[in-house]
Amino acid sequence: MSTVIETKGLGRDYGDLVAVDALNLEIQQGELFALLGPNGGGKTTTVGLLTTLLRPSRGSARVAGYDVASQPAEVRRHIGVVFQGPSLDEQLTAWENLDFHARIYNMPRPLFRQRAAELLALVELAERQHEPVRNFSGGMRRRLELARGLLHQPQVLFLDEPTVGLDPQTRRAIWGYLAALRQQAGVTIFLTTHYLEEAEDCDRTAIIDGGKLVALDTPAALKATLGGDVLHIRVTDVVAASELLRQRAQLEPRQGPDGLVVEVADGPRRIPEVVALLDGAGIAVQAVNLRRPSLEHVFIKLTGRAIRAETAEPSEALGQRGRIGRRERGGGR
Amino acid sequence: MSALYTIWLRDLTRFLRNRSRIVTSLAQPLLYLAIFGTGLSSLLSGTSSLGGVGFTAFVYPGVIGLTIMFTALFTAISVVYDREFGFLKEVLVSPAPRLAVALGKVASGSTIALLQGVLTLPLAWLLGLPLTLGQVAQLVGIMAVLAAVCTALGLLVSTRLRGIEGYNVIINFLMMPLFLLSGALFPLAGLPGWMNVLVRINPMAYATDALRQVVLAGAAQPGFLAASRLHPVSLDVLVLLGFFIVFLVPAVRAFSKQE
Ligand SMILES: Nc1ncnc2c1ncn2[C@@H]1O[C@H](COP(=O)(O)OP(=O)(O)OP(=O)(O)O)[C@@H](O)[C@H]1O
Ligand SMILES: [Mg+2]
Repeated sequence: MSTVIETKGLGRDYGDLVAVDALNLEIQQGELFALLGPNGGGKTTTVGLLTTLLRPSRGSARVAGYDVASQPAEVRRHIGVVFQGPSLDEQLTAWENLDFHARIYNMPRPLFRQRAAELLALVELAERQHEPVRNFSGGMRRRLELARGLLHQPQVLFLDEPTVGLDPQTRRAIWGYLAALRQQAGVTIFLTTHYLEEAEDCDRTAIIDGGKLVALDTPAALKATLGGDVLHIRVTDVVAASELLRQRAQLEPRQGPDGLVVEVADGPRRIPEVVALLDGAGIAVQAVNLRRPSLEHVFIKLTGRAIRAETAEPSEALGQRGRIGRRERGGGR
Repeated sequence: MSALYTIWLRDLTRFLRNRSRIVTSLAQPLLYLAIFGTGLSSLLSGTSSLGGVGFTAFVYPGVIGLTIMFTALFTAISVVYDREFGFLKEVLVSPAPRLAVALGKVASGSTIALLQGVLTLPLAWLLGLPLTLGQVAQLVGIMAVLAAVCTALGLLVSTRLRGIEGYNVIINFLMMPLFLLSGALFPLAGLPGWMNVLVRINPMAYATDALRQVVLAGAAQPGFLAASRLHPVSLDVLVLLGFFIVFLVPAVRAFSKQE
């Protein structure tokens, strides 16, 4: 195992704005690494720095053994990138987009034809490969971009929110393919995502907020930093309930997007006690929901924000679905 | 080399796919000729200072130049479009050397502008100026150089600017003076000093001068061309090559340094 991505004090400013600051990362070969963060957290900027599209303002980064600032050509030779924003030529067909890619990466023609056919089948675009991209839906474009990023068999893959806008079965198919790729070819994958269940499947997850790394560990270890289970309590009077639980039950409630969020060691046992306590004080309890700790809770705890949840599958229980509190800051921290 | 070719191939593919654009840009020179030739020549009827050729024939080389300049400057906008629509990221993150990418852009823009220029040549017969094969070959050479100069200028402008509007503003601002001060519509001899300075720094003037000398070689009265020209054709072409370098070097440098 060798280090494939390494950053030391990496930082990038846009004018006065510090978009990324003092980033120290070390990512091993074959690792599946997720970068989580709220909108504007600095994810795309980080990807830009690591893929040589942006020059660092401070610090340094090495990718595949080469320095991004002084050996950008070498770095580019070893990476594949799927950008967050659009990057296809809409006037060309799907096949022509791949053909352009293959030529500009100097792929041998037979290898290109074989890989292109394989990948177009994987992303289910084989039947429409000779249509101009202009006719494609958003999800189809995304799938084509993914196929293109994988085409030249890069050693390191950078995926900036790769599965946004994809339906669940396509996401699973792509995800399965990435997992296989990592196992068979030892490809290192660096991705940013808003889908927490994707981050859960990664080897390690970093959380970035305001350009700063606020956590970096395996998903299991990150979740272990929360005190066990999480109770979501929906009540009429959030402030009073919060005060009561703090004083009488020695709990540390935080205001979540949908009521109070409390970390407890032994959730199922504490529910009756909490409900009785609130009831006794005349605070009506509308719903209580128990959740095993998830990365989402880690995220909320560390950034004070719910992650933008454009989840394709409705999230569980409590009627909490769709997008939750994009901007608002949860209190109690 | 393969990167240069790849960039060129893509732009040509896009151009050839865009039929309506080819048709409009074919109609354009005809329109110019009709306007300048018919409109202005009725105004100027009786003037005999054009070496015995009609005003339309006199204007024709300028229209060739205008067509090429127009096409080249509006083809170079593809760099701005690629940046705006994200495709440029795909290119910039690839191992293709930036120099090859920039030169590929110049090559494709020049090719397209040259193609459009060549398509205006049949008009010569319509104007009663039959061209020999030798003349056609010379014209293609001059047109190719002019196409390269204008594409490099377009690339230079596009690397300095962010948005599409910005590019259009600058290009529209440049295009009229470049054309009007090229000698396309009137002979350049005897202009006031300050205007003469502007003519001398206008690549279009040298291109029009060279194109006219070749186009009218057989048709104009002997002595007219020698008296009204700026320079001999070969010197005009050399000056154009100079402009090409002057535009290309900073354009390529800025293109390579961009984020
Ligand atoms: N080209 C730019 N010029 C100025 N500021 C920029 C530029 N690109 C990004 N920023 C700023 O840098 C910060 C980080 O942006 P970045 O795009 O890296 O966030 P992100 O984590 O990718 O967000 P998202 O989840 O919305 O994609 C933001 O405050 C953003 O406004
Ligand atoms: Mg982003």
